[in-house]
Amino acid sequence: MPKELWKGNEAIAEASVRAGLEAYFGYPITPQTEVLEYLSRRMPELGRAFVQAESELGAINMVYGAACTGVRVMSSSSSPGMSLMMEGVSYIAGTEVPAVLVNVMRGGPGLGNIAPAQADYNQAVHGGGHGDYQPIVLAPASVQEAIDLMGLSFDLAEKYRSICMVILDGCVGQMMEPAQMPEMKPIKRANWDWATDGKMGKRERRILSSIYLDPIEEEKMNLRVLKRWKTIEANEVRYKEYFLDDAEFVIIGFGTAGRVALSAVREARAEGIKVGLLRPITVSPFPFEVIDQLTARVDAFLVTEMNSGQMLEDVRLAVKGRVPVEFYGRMGGVVPFPDEILNEIHRMAKVKLSVDIHPRDAWLERMTHA
Amino acid sequence: MQKEIIISGFGGQGVLFAGQVIAYAAMDSGKEVTWIPSYGPEMRGGTANCTVVIADHEIGSPLVKNPPLVIALNLPSFDKYEPMMQTGGTLVVNQSMVDRGAKRDDINVVFVSANEIAEQIGDKKLTNMVTVGALLAALPEVTLETLEGALKAHLPARHQHLLPKNYEALRRGFESAKEQMAVAV
Repeated sequence: MPKELWKGNEAIAEASVRAGLEAYFGYPITPQTEVLEYLSRRMPELGRAFVQAESELGAINMVYGAACTGVRVMSSSSSPGMSLMMEGVSYIAGTEVPAVLVNVMRGGPGLGNIAPAQADYNQAVHGGGHGDYQPIVLAPASVQEAIDLMGLSFDLAEKYRSICMVILDGCVGQMMEPAQMPEMKPIKRANWDWATDGKMGKRERRILSSIYLDPIEEEKMNLRVLKRWKTIEANEVRYKEYFLDDAEFVIIGFGTAGRVALSAVREARAEGIKVGLLRPITVSPFPFEVIDQLTARVDAFLVTEMNSGQMLEDVRLAVKGRVPVEFYGRMGGVVPFPDEILNEIHRMAKVKLSVDIHPRDAWLERMTHA
Repeated sequence: MQKEIIISGFGGQGVLFAGQVIAYAAMDSGKEVTWIPSYGPEMRGGTANCTVVIADHEIGSPLVKNPPLVIALNLPSFDKYEPMMQTGGTLVVNQSMVDRGAKRDDINVVFVSANEIAEQIGDKKLTNMVTVGALLAALPEVTLETLEGALKAHLPARHQHLLPKNYEALRRGFESAKEQMAVAV
């Protein structure tokens, strides 16, 4: 199939359709609305289910219900809308049914603004909803990657009976890039042994629920989910490396912050500075192992994010204080320009770095005293 | 090779479409390209802009702080981007909508009476295409022929009858820019 110019949000919608999306429930919110708008036309065209719900709460609970029947189902929203969905997200996790959720993140907290941000990293990666669960979280940085990861997200959600979140910022949602769509996959209902899709008088009744009134039973469920998570951690880590072979400094950034860093890395390389980039594609499971391996051979890391350093804490867990970790972030919907990250690379190449100061404190000092 | 272009003007002047046409042409020439609009609440009735990045390699930042190439379709855009431009860059200004000359002498400022040219061709909505044509004079990576081909390939069937006038707008803009650039050298 030839490349076409696709807008991120519409590409996500079409890629989901081609991956066999059977039901979509959502509610409009900028900068995500094109996903919903596109599917409002596309899904009925194919005889599939599309509902613009009365609210995000309605949408996520419709997702929950559809997920229990074993069909490929998704919703999408942007930060404040995602917050509203969190109760349902926890219920879906507690019921162990697969669902795909897309968050096109914007500036916050609160109503914030509609500009691109990455401040929902913690909400996505470290929970969001209540209780013990860990969702798979994918973070595309381009339109093509968003297309590829939508297909993957449905496969992973089903394989592990897990929530798979795709987090991107408004930049990736709104931008257009040449991209290739996969072929349309036929809808194939796997014969799940858990789906409540009607017993037709032929088998035992199945019950799906997130209620375990007996704590011992709940703990069994918690352990089962945790063991499944360990399998996910062992098998599903994905990342992309740039110029890492001889790198003395390594930048770590996901999504748009990662690709902005790539521009800075190219400029620094042109000046002869040996710097590389690690761009996590799965932020959950997080690429701890590759960062651990890099720690043994690099001088320092620089974490760049469009938030106050949320992934930074995961990087620090991997580095364990062995080499300095620096941080550069922009918040509130501000997208950094490459020269800001290049300045950080210059600073790191020039001054003696310390492992004793928390990188966020040092960054805050630089941000507020510049 | 990497080139960044910002196109800016009032909402309704065809700012976003002008960027998309360049993006299509870049894609059809086998280049990597990103197109990103300003999508703030200022879009309605206010100014709109988009950034197009064309490169031979995987594109990093889709946004640019100091663009080498700008189309300013109105005075606020001229005022905003002239100081931000890279030295040696080319700024195409829609002369029909501005009442001042250039302030900088370290960039090439090309003035094109895009509204008048579009009206002469017979459709005021071609203003954006006149300026795109002018920009191509400073963007050898995308030829006039490729851009015309991209328009033909990607314009919906219901708009195909507008192609000859679009081609004319592109060529008039291109020639106007070439003349000025020849004088400048």
